[in-house]
Parts: sequence; structure tokens; C-alpha cells
Amino acid sequence: MADRSGTRSGDDLRAFTILAAMWIRVSWTYRTSFLVMTAASLVITGIDFVAILVMFSNVDQLGGFGLGQIAFLYGATALCLGIGDLVVGNVERLGRHVRLGTFDAMMVRPVGVFAQVCANEFALRRLGRIAQGTAVLLWSLTVADIAWDPARVAMLGSMVACGTAIFVGLFVLGAAFQFVSSDASEVANAFTYGGNTMTQYPLTIYPTEVVKALTFLVPVAFVNWYPALFILDFPDPFGLPGWLRFAAPVAAVVVCSLAALAWRAGVRRYRSTGS
Amino acid sequence: MALIEVQDLARTFTVRRKAGRLRRTTDLVHAVRDLSFTVERGEMVGYIGPNGAGKSTTIKMLTGILVPTSGRLSVAGIDPSRHRVELTRRIGVVFGQRTTLWWDLPLRDSFDLLRRIYRVDTDRHRRNLAEFTELLGLGDLMDTPVRQLSLGQRMRGDIAAALLHDPEILYLDEPTIGLDVVSKGRLREFLRTVNAERDVTLLLTTHDLQDIEQLCSRVMVIDHGSLVYDGTLGGLHDEGSSSRTLVVDLVDEAPPIDVPGAQVAKVEGPRQWLTFPAGASAAPVVAAVAASYDVADLSIQEPDIEDVIRQIYSRGFSGMSQSKGLLPGGPT
Repeated sequence: MADRSGTRSGDDLRAFTILAAMWIRVSWTYRTSFLVMTAASLVITGIDFVAILVMFSNVDQLGGFGLGQIAFLYGATALCLGIGDLVVGNVERLGRHVRLGTFDAMMVRPVGVFAQVCANEFALRRLGRIAQGTAVLLWSLTVADIAWDPARVAMLGSMVACGTAIFVGLFVLGAAFQFVSSDASEVANAFTYGGNTMTQYPLTIYPTEVVKALTFLVPVAFVNWYPALFILDFPDPFGLPGWLRFAAPVAAVVVCSLAALAWRAGVRRYRSTGS
Repeated sequence: MALIEVQDLARTFTVRRKAGRLRRTTDLVHAVRDLSFTVERGEMVGYIGPNGAGKSTTIKMLTGILVPTSGRLSVAGIDPSRHRVELTRRIGVVFGQRTTLWWDLPLRDSFDLLRRIYRVDTDRHRRNLAEFTELLGLGDLMDTPVRQLSLGQRMRGDIAAALLHDPEILYLDEPTIGLDVVSKGRLREFLRTVNAERDVTLLLTTHDLQDIEQLCSRVMVIDHGSLVYDGTLGGLHDEGSSSRTLVVDLVDEAPPIDVPGAQVAKVEGPRQWLTFPAGASAAPVVAAVAASYDVADLSIQEPDIEDVIRQIYSRGFSGMSQSKGLLPGGPT
């Protein structure tokens, strides 16, 4: 997280890499288990998309969107969530670190606790979701009939970057809540995994109020929906302002700033456990 | 400037409790209050007190883990809670009840990871590691994952880990808890060496008063969040108005011995127990007894430090002002 400036964040990134590499090495010593888990993760996320394929064997459109376009939405959000989950997903274990006292141990090491919490038990098997998201997204690009131009290529890159940042921010915001109540990880999941599930489908299937909430309250609509309206050249079905389709960076900055503030406030009011 | 400076330090926790179906009350718990002390470089200080007295809270504030509610705090010239990460390089911390090592990694890998995180240069790391491995007998354990180590082995690993980056201060929170007598002895020996040869300042909390007797020239006693004693171990005896006991074995049974400066506490056949103030010399009492009675044997029992501390704790309960009077020079 943009926890602090300059060399400190460089130190944190370096520590994250060292620690994550160590956990990858550890998981590789249990090779079979690692491979089985990765395969399982691939299969489970894979089946998820098969459900959509099955649905489209019965219908041609869902909420005004065809299979290729829905695959685009699905792949984009899966990829962004996958990257966010891989990098900072472990932050949801904060409550456990607080209870077990491992958080105290992290606080007396010369690198940021955020980097340490994220790197702890870094699980490469989460690449499964990223692989599946990437595959679906790439496939959708070939079938969704997109009028490619430089602006659309740039938007594609920006979509993945901002979408990932939004999920990262939501993961961290949810985790920061665990400084207050150490059992709050389910709340965070509702926003991250829940947000992912909702944005797998075109938002046209939801009432306007829900879409507004996903835009202004928990801004997961910026992960894929608004960039997709631009790339796929759709007019906004809800008649919301056209600039929203370019506003994903704003949403990402807002969510990540709030998350950084919440995290820092959390560390400062951390009360540790007895003894 | 002293290495550790603590002035009027306080930490309050708010505890919410259910009081009825919906109502909740908020209680303020003063874990630490009005705490002031200084520690000079090279000291070995024992920090003792009953459970919940505020020992761990103090250590956590000194390491920057907890932010103080009020008061001033400086460790090696650094404000711990503001510059926690900067401070970590100058201090080592050992939590007796939990490890700071990585559960699934062999000690060797944990140490190497710490070297990289602390950016200790390879030569210095190798020298330190070789020394600690030998002094702590870690040689055969280096390739064992931490989770497979016994408590004593793990503690030795933790202490080595806390010292690898050459900290100036080592905090030990209950370092000997759960260890057998041999492990405890070995650990104390090691800590003495580290203090003497590396000039590492030690602050340790413990429930084992032998740790204090064998390691620390200075004791701080905390109770209910404030310091009730700060001084030498010897001085603690005086404060506790404790007494020494002269055990006299007479040749024949006799009525209770009557000598100035001592009272008979117990008579059992020819053996009698005489108590006299801990501050007084034993010589005149012994001389007086020997002059008037046929003595077969004599021995002196030193006061039990645990009794002394229990007395101080119970006085701590009776009132703050009285217990503060125990501090030599009072609060600064």
C-alpha cells in the first residue's frame, strides 16, 4: 500500500519479494499438495465460467449483452480480483495475526507490517484464478467484435490496472476493519468476492439503485463495467454521465487512499493482545 | 542522555462490556500510569510484577507496538511509536510465549531471512551466527523446522534471532517461562555473556526470581500500572521489612533462647529458629548464642525474595501514595 513515501516503500517492496519468494519455496517443498491445489483452483474457477456458457446455450443475450461481451466483463473482473487476491489477499488474515501475536512480531521488524502481512503465506496457487481470468478475457477479445483503436488499447490496460487497484483497496479497507473487530473478514469478502460476482454480469440486469451503489458506494462498477462500455462501444443503459467511463482511475485513487488511511489509523490504534 | 527514558508514561484501554441485552458500558482500564524510569547503557534490569500489572504493556510501548496514551518515551533517542521501523534496527525483542521465527522454516532459513530483512552484511552475519550457534548450542538444530523444536530449543533460536542484527537493547518478555532448570541456567549464562561482551542492555520481565537474582543488579517492581520499587535486589529485602533466620542446633533441649536482637520463632526439640532483621548483622546474635548455650551447629537462612515481593505487592494494593514512598528519590 502507499503506506509511506520514498525509500521506505522500496524497502517494503523488497521485503515483500523476499518473504513471498520464501513462501513459494516452502510451498514447493510440498510439491504434490501445491500442484493439486493449483489444479483444483483452476478447475473450480473454470467451472464457474462453464455455468455462463451453459446459460448461453439457452439464451442469446443477457441484459442486452452477448456471450463475447459477457466473457469480456467476466474475464476482466476475474483477472483484476485474481491479481489483487494474489498480492494482498492475505491481508484478510490480519485478525488471526492479531490473535496469535504474530502481528507483534511483525511490528518489531524493520519493514512495514503491511508488506509482511501480505507476503505471509503467499500462495502462488492463486495464479489459477488469474490464468482463468486472462484466458476468458483474451478469448472474449477475439469474439466480442471490438473496433480496436489506440484509445481502446489504452483503456484495456488502464482497466486492468485500476480494477486491480480497486480490489486491492477493498481488501485492505476490509482488513483494516479487523483492527476494530478481529472477526470482520467476512464483511470484507462481501465487498471483494461479492463485488466480483456481481460485476461478472452486465449491470443492466440490476435495478438502477444497485448500479448507483456499485458506482458511488462500493465502486466495483469501475473495475469492468464503465471501461467495457467504452471499449465495447455501448451507450450507458442507465443514462448516467458519459465521463464515468473514464473515471476508473479516480475511483481507484479514492479507494486506495481511504484504504491507506484506514490501515494507518488501524495500526496506530492497535491494542495488541494480553501478555 | 540515558538509553531508555520514560516519563509519566500512561496507557489506558477502553473495554466495552455488555451490560444487559442492548446496553453496553465502557470501562477505562489503566494498564500503565505515571511510569517514570531511566535505564543506562549496559544495565541488566529485571522488570517484575504480578500478572496484569502492566509489564508487557510497558515493553510493547518501549518497542513501539503500542502507542502510549500520554507521557514521554525515548529509546536510543527515538520516539518508539513515531519511528517504530527506525527503532527496530536498534532493538531486539523476545516474546517468551510465542516465537518471532517462521513456523515452517528451519532455523537456518529463518536466520538468513532475517539477515536479508535487516540488511546485515554477510560477514558480520556469519560471525554473529557462528558465535551464537556455539554459545547457545544450536549447531544440531539448524536444519530443523521451528515447529519441531522443543520450547527450550525454540527459545534459544528466538534469542539468537533477536541478536543477529547487533541490537543495543534486548527486551525479553518471560524468556525462561516453561524451561527446565538446565535450559534456564544455560540461557542466563548466555545473557550474561551478551551483556558483558557486546554491551547489550537487557530489560527482562519474568516470574522467576532466580532470573533476577542471577542476572540483574537492578529490579523494577510494577503493580497496578505503576512502579512500586526501583533499586537493587538487596534494597528490595530492606523494603520488604524481611528478616533472616538463625537456625540453632543445641546439644541438649533447652527453653527458648533469650538473646538481645533476636526472637525465637519456633522450637523443635534441640533445634530453635531465631529471627532478626535482614538489615542487621548476624555476628552479634551468633556470638550471644554461642556465649550462653552449648551449640552443636548453626546456619543462617536468607529471606525469601518471593515473600518480600509478595509483601510489596500487598502494600501496593493498600494505596498509591504509600507505595510511591518506596521509590528511592520518589518519582522524577
